[in-house]
Amino acid sequence: MSLISKTAAELGAMIAAGEVSAVEVAEAHLDRMVEVEPKVQAFLHVEREVTLEQARAVDTRLRAGERLGPLAGVPIAHKDIFATRDMPTTAASKILEGWRPPYDATVTARLREAGLVILGKTNLDEFAMGSSTENSAYHVTRNPWDLSRVPGGSSGGSSAAVAAYEAPLSTGTDTGGSIRQPAAVTGIVGMKPTYGGSSRYGLIAFASSLDTPGPFARNVLDAALLHEAFSGHDPLDSTSIDAPVPSVVEAARQADIAGMRVGVVKEFGGEGYQAGVLARYHEAVELLESLGAKVVEVSCPSFRTALPAYYLIAPSECSSNLARFDAMRYGLRVGDDGSRSAEEVMALTRAAGFGPEVKRRIMLGTYALSSGYYDAYYGQAQKVRTVISREFDAAFQQVDVLVSPTTPTTAFAIGERADDPMAMYLADLCTIPSNLAGNAAMSVPCGLADEDNLPVGLQIMAPVLADDRCYRVGAAVEKALESRWGGPLLKEAPSL
Amino acid sequence: MSAITRDEVAHLARLSRLALTDDELDHYATQLDAIIESVAKVAEVAAEDVPPSSHALPLKNVFRADEVRQSLTPEQALSGAPAVEDDRFRVPRILGEEA
Repeated sequence: MSLISKTAAELGAMIAAGEVSAVEVAEAHLDRMVEVEPKVQAFLHVEREVTLEQARAVDTRLRAGERLGPLAGVPIAHKDIFATRDMPTTAASKILEGWRPPYDATVTARLREAGLVILGKTNLDEFAMGSSTENSAYHVTRNPWDLSRVPGGSSGGSSAAVAAYEAPLSTGTDTGGSIRQPAAVTGIVGMKPTYGGSSRYGLIAFASSLDTPGPFARNVLDAALLHEAFSGHDPLDSTSIDAPVPSVVEAARQADIAGMRVGVVKEFGGEGYQAGVLARYHEAVELLESLGAKVVEVSCPSFRTALPAYYLIAPSECSSNLARFDAMRYGLRVGDDGSRSAEEVMALTRAAGFGPEVKRRIMLGTYALSSGYYDAYYGQAQKVRTVISREFDAAFQQVDVLVSPTTPTTAFAIGERADDPMAMYLADLCTIPSNLAGNAAMSVPCGLADEDNLPVGLQIMAPVLADDRCYRVGAAVEKALESRWGGPLLKEAPSL
Repeated sequence: MSAITRDEVAHLARLSRLALTDDELDHYATQLDAIIESVAKVAEVAAEDVPPSSHALPLKNVFRADEVRQSLTPEQALSGAPAVEDDRFRVPRILGEEA
């Protein structure tokens, strides 16, 4: 078996045992990228020599007897929203084209400490606003299962890179579903940790009360290893939780759900959902029951209002956060001809540097926060947020985890929803409640839809700081389905 | 009746420091109108007596020890600046904008 098809856990063990070097593993993946990137276009920045330099440093550290974690020497694709000292960081926006941060994000720093080797920076919807990666100012990324379809978003470069075997692992950020939805539509595992469980320091802010870094992998154990590697308290992030990281790796190895109580969210399903998605979802629920879980139906009526509440809260926070792009201290500056005022230059720069979705959300947020509308929109959305959290709390009194489809449909066609923001927003219907409440949630592959032979994701939601439960259930589902399929779902994907 | 007028969108663009063209204003007026109509559904949840959540988790202010730590050098801080003069960010004029 070639190096690119190994799991991250296997690669880490091989490197630790000296069977293969970090440089050889990095080269195998860089070669794969040369081969498939023209088709997939998952990356925005790749600098082969920068990557090999990191790999050589890890090999040196290992040879010197330094004890690194289980992922030392394993390559990773890094979402281009995390600051990296040695690579450009753009958030897929023209306003940050060519920017090289003078510091590393905490997630980046922890990847380096654990000896992970960064292959490059992956594409995303500009500032993580979108569900298809079509909002990137640079290029469109394609779904490895069908190159005419989107890889999800906003972390679509990261999902595509892992699904295309360009990297065994990648990072993402999840503000409304931006890890779980791309994972679901590319047939891989994606995890949104508990809000505050992973650091936002050096993550370019979109909606600060929602943004959560998390892992992508081709299997649940690899996702857990990466989750553990970069999570945990960070004094540089004031909303970081000062508590131990839930024992996610142990839970992924355990994969036993006998006696667990699983709640099926009644409000997710029915009209607007693709038949093939619902069929695989219902089979997954039956599977959970056959594995010894007690399945009950749970009602969370306000989840239906999560989408409108999110599209007030997230744009409001975005309109405030993106005010920092003022053309003064870093990034693009347009129209500074000596005659124009700072304010004119600012407005010209922002008009030239931001794409349409970002402009839409800045204006929507500005509207929702303006006097006269504040109470009816932003204020009411914050109250709905409380109601949704309470419904989660009540549900988790009865059950250990909640499940739903991750997305209402499989991957849609490139261009299909590009001019219809409301249709695009529906992709995050099932994932948004966990962002508003801050609890942990995972997407794990549960089969292919009959209509289009494209992947379907099962969403597993767990209480705040009970991230381990997502891994326990996800690993049990994965184990049972892989024995049924005779291997991972990705082996059904067409070769590139 | 529309939820938002074109004039209101022009005002929002000004507040947002976005120099938009007339065509863009027309386009966004239509789209924002549809979005605002849809997000207005938040009113359907009865929540008069519910406190608002600005955040998912209960938070209190976090302090750190008042110790001098290493920070960016002037060169690093200015490394991404569009224009620099005498170790400072050079900006367009900010005074006398409104005659």
